[in-house]
Amino acid sequence: MHKKRNARLKGRVRLWRRIWAAKYLYLMFFPVFLYYAFFRYAPMGGLVIAFKDFNAFLGFDRSPWVGFKFFNQFFNSIYLWRLVRNTLLINLYDLLFNFPASIILALLLNEVQNKRFKKAAQTITYLPYFISSVVIASMVVQFLSPSSGIINHFIAALGGERQYFMTQPDSFRSIYTIMNLWKNIGWNSIIFLAAISGINGELYEACMIDGGGHLRRMWHITLPGIASTIVVLIIMRLGHVMDAGYETILLLQNNANLETSDVIGTYVYRRGLRGGEYSYATAVGMFQSVIGFSMVIMANYLSRRYSETSLW
Amino acid sequence: MTAGVLKPSNRIRVSTSRKVFLVINTVLLLLLCAAMLYPVIFVTAASFSEETAILKGEVTIFPVRAHIKAYEKVFHYPLLWRSYGNTLLYTGLGTLINLVLTVCGAWALSQKKMVGRRILTLLCTFTMFFNGGMIPTFLVIKELKLLNTIWAILLPGAVSTYNMILMRTFFLAIPQSLVEAAELDGCNDFGVLFRIVLPLSLASLMTIGMFYAVAHWNSYFSAVLYLSKPELYPLQIILRQVVLMNEIVENASSTENVMAEGIKYATIVVAMLPMLCVYPFVQRYFVKGVMIGSVKE
Repeated sequence: MHKKRNARLKGRVRLWRRIWAAKYLYLMFFPVFLYYAFFRYAPMGGLVIAFKDFNAFLGFDRSPWVGFKFFNQFFNSIYLWRLVRNTLLINLYDLLFNFPASIILALLLNEVQNKRFKKAAQTITYLPYFISSVVIASMVVQFLSPSSGIINHFIAALGGERQYFMTQPDSFRSIYTIMNLWKNIGWNSIIFLAAISGINGELYEACMIDGGGHLRRMWHITLPGIASTIVVLIIMRLGHVMDAGYETILLLQNNANLETSDVIGTYVYRRGLRGGEYSYATAVGMFQSVIGFSMVIMANYLSRRYSETSLW
Repeated sequence: MTAGVLKPSNRIRVSTSRKVFLVINTVLLLLLCAAMLYPVIFVTAASFSEETAILKGEVTIFPVRAHIKAYEKVFHYPLLWRSYGNTLLYTGLGTLINLVLTVCGAWALSQKKMVGRRILTLLCTFTMFFNGGMIPTFLVIKELKLLNTIWAILLPGAVSTYNMILMRTFFLAIPQSLVEAAELDGCNDFGVLFRIVLPLSLASLMTIGMFYAVAHWNSYFSAVLYLSKPELYPLQIILRQVVLMNEIVENASSTENVMAEGIKYATIVVAMLPMLCVYPFVQRYFVKGVMIGSVKE
């Protein structure tokens, strides 16, 4: 009995000694700890207001509980379907068009023999990734302007009718997808290019000896060689289908194209910050976070199952 | 022997189809590069062109009836220089804060002698996948009385968990014997980090710093959320007001109205020029950064 307590005491002393030995590390970590506490975990605690009728005068604690009222309000509104549909479709478009495009770019770049040309092409195609979303959105709006935009000048020159692209709900997804294609195609190709350079050169030689031409080599060796990278990236993307780039979408959004351009992020911003419905908007945001989190977990499970790579 | 026989003949056989292939490949890439550059070229050309030429669609690659009046107007916009200064400040100070916190956090979490580092790493990583969201974060920042201060821009994004974990992975590869040797020489943990480890990690530090800096320069949304005083606005917000919200045009005199399009294009150029100038020199760091990330995965 006495011995046991003694041992426990010794253990505790040893633990404190180890902690004391690392005191500077804790000191070093302290600001980071504060950051996470205030700016990451405190907002998570703030999620309680989704279940309360938040009133700025009463504050977090004294605002009355309302249970799932705001969740029900959202689930019974027309917005649920509209927002989920827009978010999913924007991601689907991206996966269908932009994802293959960057693979194709990587394949093309990989075939370039001239080192200088390759480097120049890479530098130029990576460039748009560094241009800010405000600049890009500004260019899009300017180019598509019905009266003065270059696209409409072109359409008019061909004898077509000038289009009000930014106010047509039907055009929004295409505009956004093409904009993202321009911005990301080069940058996203980097990872595929890296995967391609990891393929064993002997495989190409073997294929050449068997008489395989260029396209054949691409199809039978390069593509299967990067297949695992592609699968992992698709799965990872799956974990993010609930977040569309709402900060950029907000820049292109107007009342006329809301039908297709409204995603959860922009809706939360409009109702919560512009409209002051803090509790309702928090509930909507929380809906997104929870679905998003489950998607990440599912994606990770799939990834571990099928490709032996996982986040944790 | 067989390979020696096969190779030359093979080279000859492939060469015609290969030539065709290479030509097509080059043409495709050239077209793509043109598509990447053209918007930038057009915007620049339009910013120097006369308003009527822009409106009629005469501008293609070169400025038409070139002048710099649009730039004169833009440079006289009172908030422009202010916002330029703000963006420089947010980028410089913000990146410094980012780097200090990221390095300290990553080093602490990489050291075995720190008890509880696993649970702390887990708690940090968790925030990559789940967060409080826009409104609760806004309310916390409001509670902390940070609204309409520069800290609302700098602090909420002070650590990127992804970058910290990346840096930690890098630090884990540093041989423990080096650390122990330094400790025997009387260095404490700060000494080890700043005198021994950081000089060895300059390349990664540079890469991560670049990621932070570009993010600061390009960011606009935290300013939309947390700032309402025009004198604190960063450059991107001014650009948004001028081009996307038509602010100059709406409350401008007739002479400015005549140049509305030119002013917009000039503002776009002013906003993107610094990045275009810096980009070619820093590009390789970013590519390296992507590679580090992909190796980790």
